[in-house]
Amino acid sequence: MSKLYSVAALFNTPDDIMHAAAKVADAGYEKYDVNTPYPVHGMDGAMKLKSSKMGYYTIAIGLTCMSLMLFFMYWVYNIDYPQVIGGKPLFPLPAFVPIMFEITVLTGAVLTVAVMLIFYFKFPNNAHPLHDSGYMKAVSSDKFGINIEAEDSNFDLDKVKAFLSSLGAYKVDEIYFDEEEANTKHKILDTKFVFGMFLIAGFTSLSVYLHMNKVLYMPPFDWMLVQHKVTSQDKSDFFNNGISSREPVKGTVARGFMPYLFTDDPEGAAENLVNPYVADEENIALGKRKYLTYCSPCHGDLGKGDSRLKGQFPNGPTVHSDKVKSWTDGHIYHVISEGQNVMPGYKKTVTRKERWAIVNYVRTLQRALDAKEEDMQ
Amino acid sequence: MSNHEKKIEYTKKELPKGFLKYGLPLLLIGIISVVLAYQFDPMRASFNNIIALLVVVSVGMGAIFLVALEHIAGAVWSVPFRRIAEHQGFIFLATPLLAIPIIFNMHDIFEWTHNSVVLNDPILYQKSPYLNTEFFIARSVGVFVLMTFFLFVYLRNSTKQDTTHSQKTTKINALISAPFMVFFAIGITLIAIDYAMSLEPHWFSTIFGVYYFAGTFATAMAVLTLITLSLKSNGNLLKEINRNHYYSMGGLMFAFTAFWMYMAFSQYMLIWYANIPEETFWFLPRMENGWEYLSIALILIKFIIPFGLLLNRNSKMNPSRLKLASFWIIGAHIYDMYWLVMPSYNRMSGTEGPVFGWIELSFIALSAGIILVFYYLAARNKNHIPIGDPKLNRALDFHI
Ligand code: HEC
Repeated sequence: MSKLYSVAALFNTPDDIMHAAAKVADAGYEKYDVNTPYPVHGMDGAMKLKSSKMGYYTIAIGLTCMSLMLFFMYWVYNIDYPQVIGGKPLFPLPAFVPIMFEITVLTGAVLTVAVMLIFYFKFPNNAHPLHDSGYMKAVSSDKFGINIEAEDSNFDLDKVKAFLSSLGAYKVDEIYFDEEEANTKHKILDTKFVFGMFLIAGFTSLSVYLHMNKVLYMPPFDWMLVQHKVTSQDKSDFFNNGISSREPVKGTVARGFMPYLFTDDPEGAAENLVNPYVADEENIALGKRKYLTYCSPCHGDLGKGDSRLKGQFPNGPTVHSDKVKSWTDGHIYHVISEGQNVMPGYKKTVTRKERWAIVNYVRTLQRALDAKEEDMQ
Repeated sequence: MSNHEKKIEYTKKELPKGFLKYGLPLLLIGIISVVLAYQFDPMRASFNNIIALLVVVSVGMGAIFLVALEHIAGAVWSVPFRRIAEHQGFIFLATPLLAIPIIFNMHDIFEWTHNSVVLNDPILYQKSPYLNTEFFIARSVGVFVLMTFFLFVYLRNSTKQDTTHSQKTTKINALISAPFMVFFAIGITLIAIDYAMSLEPHWFSTIFGVYYFAGTFATAMAVLTLITLSLKSNGNLLKEINRNHYYSMGGLMFAFTAFWMYMAFSQYMLIWYANIPEETFWFLPRMENGWEYLSIALILIKFIIPFGLLLNRNSKMNPSRLKLASFWIIGAHIYDMYWLVMPSYNRMSGTEGPVFGWIELSFIALSAGIILVFYYLAARNKNHIPIGDPKLNRALDFHI
């Protein structure tokens, strides 16, 4: 069953259509629209359109997505995986600003279009009576058209046709549409639509896969990757063990380090090593700082063996035992440098001076927790 | 759209009274208080003098740029306002009045003028082929002469066209605007570097000229908008000028408000990210001793508030809203210049934290007086519309 949708009139010039639109608006029609091949400046004024509210939606969408993005970055950086990057604070706002800006613009634009598709075109429906009409063909190439819908309260077929002709239209058509076709409700799960979506998804995935796994490894894209030098972690065809990184030659001494002579020989260390630093205020302060950094997690702040790790690691024993008290400084120095059983050694991370300072600090603790009469004076 | 040749009815009329009524007292108060300021505290006065100079250069040189921009882009909508911009460019001629006191007080302001400092400082020593008094003055004079030359060429061509109605003049203007753009870009960068960036001679930022330019454009546009609105309400302009034209002015102010933030943030973020002492030391004084509040306020004053004021489509057309936004943008530019210049005053004078008092106000009064009086001098008894421009008819028919 065909039904009248509208009366559509075609004009030759933008001036004519401006004039016609103004007249149609003046005549009190409300359900009408103007179709032009390009935006005609001043048309919204001529049609007496109120200014569009779309901008408010766009900014609302943009700001909402911006806040979500900000929260997401906050969650990633501060809750899910807190990590200091480049010495920046955990919540480096300036670094987020470009992302917030881009997200606002991107979501504002894309979602505005999506919202329009859904609200105005009733996506996934896409039938419109003007589609496939000679009128639409004309206005999408070089003509200017206006069409007044039959649903308008002032609509009267003969009057409207006469009115539009009187405005100078060179052609006035009645547009009919098939009610059945226009009322077909397309569903999101329409097989054709779903199939199309799958096709697009499959094509996108495949091309992304090929790009990331094949194309990027073809010249010239791999020029940064393929270098004529040995990079770390490279396999070696040259050395027997297949590793391209070499161990330092035996006996190498790194700059600024002193070789340690008593590895695996605590007795030797205890006998021969003498603390070269005087336990003055500055040295003890240094020792305290280093002790609190490196030792206190296992041995406790005061060395009483009350570890903060609460049994997650073999607790470090107290350093106030008679055994440790009776040790020479050299022996404690040895334990700090080489470790003892499960306790790791610190000679790579803590400098020689700092290790001796820690020894002095341990001595200070021992004496402070077991003060003698004369210490009180 | 309707190109049926309309007859343009334009009658000359006296400028609104306000230009002299406010301009002369402001100028007088400005001059007297500025002289006093120089007696009282020459160092603080000369730093304020730089702020005033930068603001007046923005208004004047920015206006010459707007004229050239119209020519080179073949813009139509702005034709009715081009004469106003040309007269506004005349304000640039006032800049020597503000630059000469600075040049006499350079020793108070610029560390690089101290020979003993430069000789003992490898960085300043390396920069001395550029940063030395003679070359500094030569650059300033060069920029002034070039810009003035172009200003007079534009003014002469434009007034001649009032009677000749010649299409050829329009073509010639477009042609000379191409080299002008080059000179302008270099010129405004030099001014920004010389008068603002060299206050901290160890510091460098390649985006600095663009930063100043962004503020300059918005400010020149804001002054142009204010003059246009006041001339329009006084009946000096054509009745065809309407909200469609205002919309474009509001749009440009809006765009350059955002552009300023873009530049300012780009500069800040790169320096913050790389975090190397050669660059960060410029921001550090602006983050302590009370300056931190002013720095945060700068974002609010120069970006968020004018952005909000102009975001809505209607507010870009509404004359009273535009007036508010224009005043705001000019004020924000003065504030921005204060923020650029005054931390160096702290350093050179050994003071701490932002200072504000009658000295600052007197230079603002002087700048306002100069702008009003020089516009009056330029525009008195002149046509305010380029009535001979072939594009004028189309321009009046402009729709957004
Ligand atoms: C990872 C935890 C851990 C850290 C960190 C640690 N220790 Fe130990 N430490 C231990 C454990 C466990 C033992 C006991 C080892 C064993 O079974 O002989 C120990 C033993 C010792 C002993 C010998 C005590 C004894 O009774 O045999 C001394 C002294 C000592 N640590 C000092 C230090 C000092 C000084 C530091 C800081 C440089 C330090 N430790 C850091 C876990 C730790």
